Amino acid sequence: MTLESNIPDGPLELKWTNYKNNAKLVSPANKRKFDLIIVGSGLAGASAAATLAEQGYNVKCFCYQDSPRRAHSIAAQGGINAAKNYQNDGDSVFRLFYDTIKGGDFRSREANVYRLAEVSTDIIDQCVAQGVPFAREYGGLLANRSFGGAQVSRTFYARGQTGQQLLLGAYAGLSHQIALGAVKMFPRTEMLDLVVVDGHAKGIVVRDLNTGEITTHAGDAVLLCTGGYGNVFYLSTNARGCNVTATFRAYKRGALFANPCYTQIHPTCIPVSGDYQSKLTLMSESLRNDGRIWVPKRKEDSGKDPASIPEEDRDYYLERKYPSYGNLAPRDISSRSAKEVCDEGRGVGPGGLGVYLDFSDAIKRLGQKTIEERYGNLFEMYRNITGENAYERPMRIYPAVHYTMGGLWVDYNLQSNIQGLHVLGEANFSDHGANRLGASALMQGLADGYFVIPYTLGNYLTSQFGKKVDQSHPAFEQALSDTKARVKKLMDIKGTKPVDYFHRNLGLLIWDYCGMARSAEGLKEAIGKIQALREEFWTDLRLLGTGDGINMELERAGRVADFLEFGELMCLDALVRDESCGGHFRVEHQTPEGEAVRNDENFSFVSAWKYEGDGNMPSLIKEPLVYEKVKLATRSYK
Amino acid sequence: MKFHLKVWRQKSCNAPGNLEEYDAENIPAEASFLEMLDIVNSQLTGKNIEPIQFDSDCREGICGNCSLTINGIPHGKGRGTTCQLYMRNFQDGETITIEPFRADAFPVRRDLVTNRTAFDRVMQAGGYISERSGSAPDANAVPISKVIADEAMDAAACIGCGACAAACPNGSAMLFVSAKVTHLGLLPQGKPEKNRRVLGMVRQMDEEGFGNCSNYYACEAVCPAGVPASFIGRMNREFTAASVKEMIGLNV
Repeated sequence: MTLESNIPDGPLELKWTNYKNNAKLVSPANKRKFDLIIVGSGLAGASAAATLAEQGYNVKCFCYQDSPRRAHSIAAQGGINAAKNYQNDGDSVFRLFYDTIKGGDFRSREANVYRLAEVSTDIIDQCVAQGVPFAREYGGLLANRSFGGAQVSRTFYARGQTGQQLLLGAYAGLSHQIALGAVKMFPRTEMLDLVVVDGHAKGIVVRDLNTGEITTHAGDAVLLCTGGYGNVFYLSTNARGCNVTATFRAYKRGALFANPCYTQIHPTCIPVSGDYQSKLTLMSESLRNDGRIWVPKRKEDSGKDPASIPEEDRDYYLERKYPSYGNLAPRDISSRSAKEVCDEGRGVGPGGLGVYLDFSDAIKRLGQKTIEERYGNLFEMYRNITGENAYERPMRIYPAVHYTMGGLWVDYNLQSNIQGLHVLGEANFSDHGANRLGASALMQGLADGYFVIPYTLGNYLTSQFGKKVDQSHPAFEQALSDTKARVKKLMDIKGTKPVDYFHRNLGLLIWDYCGMARSAEGLKEAIGKIQALREEFWTDLRLLGTGDGINMELERAGRVADFLEFGELMCLDALVRDESCGGHFRVEHQTPEGEAVRNDENFSFVSAWKYEGDGNMPSLIKEPLVYEKVKLATRSYK
Repeated sequence: MKFHLKVWRQKSCNAPGNLEEYDAENIPAEASFLEMLDIVNSQLTGKNIEPIQFDSDCREGICGNCSLTINGIPHGKGRGTTCQLYMRNFQDGETITIEPFRADAFPVRRDLVTNRTAFDRVMQAGGYISERSGSAPDANAVPISKVIADEAMDAAACIGCGACAAACPNGSAMLFVSAKVTHLGLLPQGKPEKNRRVLGMVRQMDEEGFGNCSNYYACEAVCPAGVPASFIGRMNREFTAASVKEMIGLNV
């Protein structure tokens, strides 16, 4: 099997323009003949559903939340990048493209990233037109701030709630289309399987989370916009419900899963406080614009009151190691540096797993009022969770799992290797390589939904005239009975341990062996342990109640069952990628200073995994990464 | 810490419900309220009692999914969502009563889970600006003063949790509706549809069975997003103006 990325010909800057000029169009009269299934209602899903419905398609949109407005995009805080160059500080589409490719440690597809940078400017226009209240200057023009991995200010923001405002914008567009009857919305409905008919994605199996009823839906194309798999770590900044089920079920139906080992550990989260904890809370990276990160120079000082540690005894390690980017070094590098100083015993707070993020200089320079204006809600949140006042005492932060760059493999059309199955946003793999830069997730979700899929979907749909499949096809019956059997199997285990036990233990395994530092030995060990845990899950899980009606433990059990298989795939991918790149740090491959050492000669490819049946080793298919424009370079932020 | 819980249990929408009593033991003071319930649920599962069903998702105060009435107050004491409430704010040994958000327009689905789709339908009745992807002018084409943009943001901060309606003795959703009417109405982009929006949203709100505002200000007191009740006055003015226009036969 070879992978065709379908990147258009021509110079990089003209690829997307050429593509659009030659893309197949579906006429208005024909659009209304097509039924589209969109799973997920976050930035990618809601923007795609609203836009495609606006164009005349019949859309069905599904989400597990009780309202599309609650999708987890809502929790993104800091901002959204766009190459507007409103600051006149030297930004351009090329620079945003280059920063993103470099930020991803040269492991993403050049043409996709260039297109992302290109449409970024349209996103800001679109969101302002929807009424997104971005921060503004007194003169009435839009304000910007800077984010990690960039030397320009290109990040647009709405206080610390940018994701919320962008999602509410997309949700408003979606609501409008629902009111017009162009979108039929299915909240509290979870996708449990993909229906593939003769190699084409033609439907899904869903469970109504209110009634427990399992049904199928047919469509001419399926769009998965189901987010990332960070919850495989149990503790992450993801919402409780975030899961891998939709993409993993598609994988088991033949879709390739690309780069599952690429995960992002965000450097600025509130440290773990105990083993009862259910999730971690992120503090926006924007805090690093004004906060300075440090730990004591000496181990002995780490238990002391920070105010009592004089300036000369503090180690502002990011400023020291990366003078040109300083506290705004990219996420993977900042996280690893924090781990390093904590491993040296210089960490602060409970368990020595924390570093200081100190605002005292910024407060001196700008006054507390300005800091309050910029980050007030974040300081409030920090106080609420930790009981500490960060205006007076430096915040304690520690890295936590935040985003997953890996996802289903897609071509330039955002179509997976299964015809008709399109994958958008965090659920696909294409744009962020081995590490994502801050404020780029919102950009990608909206780019895919508003400005990419509306152009690329036509290429598939124009091949589907007269090929409608309905639910009477045996593939639907089969998928439906498979799903019902699986739910029954979970209920019938009748063991002794709650779902939580398995999820927590899986999370610990993944964090220890496939987290910020990975080794061949550790990964092999992890794979064995995950298999054992999975075995235990299927013999000793305890679920009460029935499959009818609301049963949240059952919902979680299904998700955890998939994580238990997916975690193994993730470790396998990390094992095979015998190099360090971006968020994937193999301890065997580092410089004497502890920087990642990439191996371009042997690993400049996308790892796409093909499911080969339960108990069999999945096969690895490689898509070579060909760079026409950028030269592969050692990533330096010094 | 240790707590005595009285929890609303209800099998389904139409089944009768009642308060069941449980003891919550060995609860760390740093745990959040929802984490306390997670612990209790694990303990209940061990005793063959079905876990308490409750909604939560982001657990960082922004998705608006959590919806518990704690000791009679939506989201409990203090300003914030249920998920941002920590057990250190309670006294050891305290009895805590936990019920779902209650309002006529929010039927209970099961235990502590309520149906808040009424809010979605109110939004569908006008809580948007009609525009087409790709047809927008440059984002800086229309300057918007910082003061207006900031006030619009204050209104847009609403998380749609429904605490306002649950706190109101009339079960009114006017704080929620006024937040959207204010957010979009303040901005130049939102002005063309201002009248249609306020009429549509207010009428849908009535149809869903939400009550009227009689100035209790309970909504403002419990709103985790700090949306001020003054927006309700603003919405009433917009509604009156739009109704008059409609009444005298002007197109809105």
